[in-house]
Amino acid sequence: MQLHNLTIREASEMLAQKQISSVELTQAMLDRIHDIDTKVKSYVTVTDDLALEQARKADERIAKGEKVTPLTGIPFAMKDCISTRGVRTTCSSKILENYVPQYNATVTNKIADAGAVLVGKTNMDEFGMGSSCENSAFFNTHNPWNLDHVPGGSSGGSAAAMSASLATFTIGEDTGGSVRMPAGFCNVTGIKPTYGRVSRYGLIALVSSFDSIGPMTRDAYDCATVLEAIAGHDPHDSTTYNSPVPNYTANINKPVKGMKLGIPKEYFVAGMEAGVESALQESIRQFEKLGMEIHEVSLPHTKYGLPVYYLLLFAEASANLARMDGTRFGLSVSDGAKDVIDIYLKTRHEGFGDEVKRRIMLGAYALSAGYYDAYYLKAQKVRTLLRRDFETAFASVDLLLAPTCPTTAFKLGEKTSDPLEMYLSDIYVVATNPAGVPAIALPAGFSNNMPVGMQLIGKHLDESTLFQVAHAYQQVTDWHKQQPSL
Amino acid sequence: MTQTIDTKTVKHVAFLVRLGISKEEAQKFSGQFSSIIDYFNMLNEVDTDNVPPASDIANAENVLREDVVQPSMSREEFLKNAPKSERGYVKVPTVLGDE
Repeated sequence: MQLHNLTIREASEMLAQKQISSVELTQAMLDRIHDIDTKVKSYVTVTDDLALEQARKADERIAKGEKVTPLTGIPFAMKDCISTRGVRTTCSSKILENYVPQYNATVTNKIADAGAVLVGKTNMDEFGMGSSCENSAFFNTHNPWNLDHVPGGSSGGSAAAMSASLATFTIGEDTGGSVRMPAGFCNVTGIKPTYGRVSRYGLIALVSSFDSIGPMTRDAYDCATVLEAIAGHDPHDSTTYNSPVPNYTANINKPVKGMKLGIPKEYFVAGMEAGVESALQESIRQFEKLGMEIHEVSLPHTKYGLPVYYLLLFAEASANLARMDGTRFGLSVSDGAKDVIDIYLKTRHEGFGDEVKRRIMLGAYALSAGYYDAYYLKAQKVRTLLRRDFETAFASVDLLLAPTCPTTAFKLGEKTSDPLEMYLSDIYVVATNPAGVPAIALPAGFSNNMPVGMQLIGKHLDESTLFQVAHAYQQVTDWHKQQPSL
Repeated sequence: MTQTIDTKTVKHVAFLVRLGISKEEAQKFSGQFSSIIDYFNMLNEVDTDNVPPASDIANAENVLREDVVQPSMSREEFLKNAPKSERGYVKVPTVLGDE
């Protein structure tokens, strides 16, 4: 047994029985990060001293038997767009390279209260804008299954760290597939919860009406464990639901027999890699063997998901990123500036990467006089139709199955010259966010030795069903247990 | 319909989002924007007569609270991230013109 390979559940049991200490577990993880992450490059910041201090406190809690939770003493990593008091939070952008938040995100507080140990902050596409992690202003993260390939994005660091066993769980953030797409590329389990299930307070916003924070883990059980700890109402985020958070892990073994699984025909069309399609078909047969009913359904507006998603993203992101102005925090380029506008122009020119520049300019374009109706308003109307597609489908089935990407992880540099080509790799994961519904990504097999991901999409606030079905699948398959050799 | 976004438009939207931009960048973005917007024009195929725009996704209602003073970050703490500050304020160059 190696400490870095434990699930949360296994590590938690060993901690409770005092077979290991959190300090031992955390030190093992830090040693592995310093050894392996020189190749994978999933971490932007490693918090050695803080981690060991938190681990000692966790060990005291366990020794005294006080307020111990399933996450007490467990080492984890956080995507670098979620605020951590006193720990640099960069969004992998030059403009926030030296930004140290003075407060914690609600998610950070909840995880700290549960007693988990922060080992570091993970790399991402700058401000979450990208599908390969290649838009990080600092460095590329590599796919642990083949270092010449991308880990996916934008939570590429969180996915790669999880896949390479450089944390026992990680936290990602999904605005339009940013948890699920890299989870699929790296063979890990990850959930995008219902919009409003997890507080966004302290998350550096990309698209305020899409952003969903979610865990990435070794299996569905661990994923349920973490979501239970971070979900819930927050007075600091008025879009969070007031309804109680279900006990996902207690319900996870409920039978799935007789449940209706919808296969949206628009997701199984030409353009999918043959090995991805056959892995998905095999998974459908597994669900059938588990006693689920398989039904073909239609989500007729699927192909419009991509333009709706991107247009609304451009618009909201251009407004959200206005705060990066070089006056109150972050990079400030004021040499030779004659007025405050000059500081804005220089700071943002120097501080933002090309993809961020493209998106905020396109946002201003889509919102500007003369184009507002044609782009922004039109996209909001088609968004209503996307939502209705899901509502109609969920009137006849309990959940939907789809791939997370038409291909396995592509090579570094393969799509960087053509922004539109990069956007198209998100085609299967973007529609859920404008609709607000939850979706869990899980390993579904391999194609040419690279992982294939699938996602199960559920009704609003019905994460319980997603965990049950994912867990049932992981009881009869072992794709999620496959690990890369590093 | 093919729509070109010329460098003049690129420079205009760059200024709208307060982004400095070089001539070379404007040229590069012009070509990229045209192909992206061209692709997005597929939304014109969708009949949205009588379809209301989505306004929220969580079916949220307004959330009100008592207007009571709560503890907040100290001025000293807040100013830690400010590039320039003076006498407890964030310092910036002239914001208003002379007129």
